[in-house]
Amino acid sequence: MQTKMNWIVILRYGLIGGVVALYFSMIGMVEAFSLRNLVGTILNLGNILLFGGMLAAGYMAVRQHEGAPFAKKVLAGLLAGAVAALVPILLIVGDQNLALRPIFVNVTPAIIRTLTFGREGAAGFLILTLVSAGVGLLAALYHSLPPRFRSPIGKAIAWTLILAIFSELVIQILRNLSATALSSLLFTGNSFKPAAAIGLLILLTALFFFQEWRHTRHLSADPVATEKTKRARLRTRVIQFILLGAFLLAAPYIVGSFLSQVLFEIGRYVLLGLGLNIVVGYAGLLDLGYVAFFAFGAYTMAILTTTTALNPSPGVFNFWLALPIAVVVGVLFGLILGFPVLRMRGDYLAIVTLGFGEIIRILALSDWLAPIMGGAQGVLSIPVPSLFGIDFRGPERMYYLVLFGSLLAAFISVRLRDSRLGRQWMAMREDEDVAEAMGINLVQTKLLAFAIGAGFSALGGAIFAARLNTIFPHSFNLLISVNALSLIIVGGMGSIPGVIVGAIALVGLPELLRQFQEYRLLMYGIVLIVMMLVRPEGFLPTDIIKRELHRSDAPDQPNVEIQA
Amino acid sequence: MLKKVPLRISGVDLFLRLFQIATAVVIIYALYNTATAARYSAGSWATLVFAGLAQGSIYALIALGYTLVYGILLMINFAHGEVYMAGALSTVFLAEYFARSGFLNANPILAILLLILFAALISMIVALLLERIAYRPLRNAPRLIPLITAIGASFTLQYTFRGLFGSQFRSYPAVSVLQGSWNVFGFSVPIVQLVVFFAAVALMAALYWYVERTKAGKAMRAVSEDKDVARLMGINIDKVIVTTFALGGALAGAAGVFNGLFRPQGVFFLMGFFPGIKAFTAAVLGGIGNIPGAMIGGLLLGLIESLGPNLILEGLGIPSANQLKDAIAFTVLVLILIFRPQGILGERLSDKKA
Repeated sequence: MQTKMNWIVILRYGLIGGVVALYFSMIGMVEAFSLRNLVGTILNLGNILLFGGMLAAGYMAVRQHEGAPFAKKVLAGLLAGAVAALVPILLIVGDQNLALRPIFVNVTPAIIRTLTFGREGAAGFLILTLVSAGVGLLAALYHSLPPRFRSPIGKAIAWTLILAIFSELVIQILRNLSATALSSLLFTGNSFKPAAAIGLLILLTALFFFQEWRHTRHLSADPVATEKTKRARLRTRVIQFILLGAFLLAAPYIVGSFLSQVLFEIGRYVLLGLGLNIVVGYAGLLDLGYVAFFAFGAYTMAILTTTTALNPSPGVFNFWLALPIAVVVGVLFGLILGFPVLRMRGDYLAIVTLGFGEIIRILALSDWLAPIMGGAQGVLSIPVPSLFGIDFRGPERMYYLVLFGSLLAAFISVRLRDSRLGRQWMAMREDEDVAEAMGINLVQTKLLAFAIGAGFSALGGAIFAARLNTIFPHSFNLLISVNALSLIIVGGMGSIPGVIVGAIALVGLPELLRQFQEYRLLMYGIVLIVMMLVRPEGFLPTDIIKRELHRSDAPDQPNVEIQA
Repeated sequence: MLKKVPLRISGVDLFLRLFQIATAVVIIYALYNTATAARYSAGSWATLVFAGLAQGSIYALIALGYTLVYGILLMINFAHGEVYMAGALSTVFLAEYFARSGFLNANPILAILLLILFAALISMIVALLLERIAYRPLRNAPRLIPLITAIGASFTLQYTFRGLFGSQFRSYPAVSVLQGSWNVFGFSVPIVQLVVFFAAVALMAALYWYVERTKAGKAMRAVSEDKDVARLMGINIDKVIVTTFALGGALAGAAGVFNGLFRPQGVFFLMGFFPGIKAFTAAVLGGIGNIPGAMIGGLLLGLIESLGPNLILEGLGIPSANQLKDAIAFTVLVLILIFRPQGILGERLSDKKA
């Protein structure tokens, strides 16, 4: 129990919060995001970014005063918030006295106005300090709530914010379900009406409170009921499954054309992610040149179905005939590129495969191979696939193609995971030497991982080429490999639902927040770092990985290294 | 007596050996073609050699950062290219200010020294932040995890600098003293290339002296040899790791200024990617973890990259070979890792290290 004020902690967290606020202000995110209103014109996304750090600072400072009397907690929160305001004030002072603007492109009058709430001089500093101390106070009040209320309120706030951020999506879906009355009740433009936001907050709080209350009652319920609940849970599982299936089939017609494109993108990355998941997640071979196979698939499709030097009579191949060939080409290149790297492990493998990916891209760009691969102009006018007279034109219809591809890939992944080969991969991932001693043929096992992963990637590439009708070497950069890798990591290595969640989180959400495209990769990087620091096993980890990564938590394992 | 084990040749070894022979044949064929065609004069080869050496010394400085960190933590600091970018990009503004105020041309040596110090300082700060925030908490994690963090850090740094300074290309101002060329062995060589080369070599010599002759350097070598024993000997591991990142960062920052003198254009937030990968190649080429190796690897890679397109690719009859310059570095990397993963000077790494 600590009841004395811990000034150092308050100062430290306050300064960290202030630096975070300064960082987001100086790189221009606060200004760009403040265009996005969340609740009326009172709260915008920029505010959240600016004061989020201060809120967190206040919360952390108050948490260090666990068990202190209420007044001291409040004081800690207030002070941490006020300290946090000092750092942005430095920026304002700097802007007035030094010529920062020609150097830092995002130190603009607009951001200064946001920081000072439009006031000049000392009044501006005062109001910034007051607001940020107020934010710290909010954090202290939140922390002082009894835990029974804290978690439902926190969840309700989070969900309201999420709904507000994705309001365009919500409005679009409401419109397609012809519930425009509800949407005009809740939103003005694309931000919540203040009253609606408060109502929603209360409703959600009540809902989460009720849910938790029911959950605690369940835990204390008598054990006889468990058999019944198990059956009930199975039933809800089946119903959920059917609903999900129905949604997946009807999705393009519920969500409209733009969101179908988003779904297509998600599907494409699910396909890529499932393939890479075999290489990285199952077999433990870190492949950063995965985009190469995607490119092989796309170029095979492009070259076979259009007129090029290699293929003067494109009429022979249609999409359906070229698709298996593209996959076979991908598998072959998986074997060819896999062979030289059989002896490499870990970091080295990562860098060499990265090198392969870049070599392929540079070759596709060069004049040398331009007669075949089109050089910098790429390959144009790839025909639209059609089946029984239906053209797969536009995102709504291509979605079905990619949906089918991903389902197939998911099915193959599940079957492979539980097969003898899957177990060999996992044994190899855990320890190559032991696996070899157990009689596993490492050459064959590794090559199969590369080849099958490459096949999935090539399938994705072929569909991608048919969707875009045009491919350029620039579409096949390192970023695709990194995206695919990140979504596996974020979802949980080796986990198939994880790949899907990862694709939705890392590909789907940024597509929806397109107005902030500029900051997409920045957020990506931050997510990767934070994820690795906080939850390295991903959102939906498999049991093995979870156990492995938390091995050092177990008491019987002495931790050799001392962590700072 | 041990029973003699009959020699077994696996299919993979056989294949790799054949591949090695094929590569050698192709290179010799290309060299022969180029030599008989005699399309370029000795002067133009010399130009390529000196440009390659200057570029290579910049690679070497960056490569030292990879090698130092790898030697101690056994991890590839994937974001090191961004550390280099941070120094180079931030210093453009100071250089422009010096140029505007006339200081740069009035007092070029002092001005350039100040620029180098400033860039080294910025890069060092970035490297230290990187270590503190992204790597230190993960020191005991499985090896894949810091690598992924490093990829994330790389993106974060790129787009942070884009947010700070914008996305336009900037360029270093010209220094009038460095214009023109000197006569070396009868070839005219741009002064800037000589200055960059010798300054970089001086820095490398200073680093070598630091690691081999000072107490802090001794501690560094001890930690890279065996961390646990070093700790038992009373060495503060954290301090050594911080020093390592600081040194690597400072060298990368200096490399950023040299690059700005040598190739003033093209300073922008993504400029770190290719030099980063190439410097890594250089480090692997020389033997990663080995300090003289990084220097030799850097210079060699600079030469290969500079001469390769004309010497080998044109010999193979590939048109517009200079487009494939970047691919050469990657090909070298792949070939080195396949055939001699320990590099030129490196010792054979045990499986745990490799």
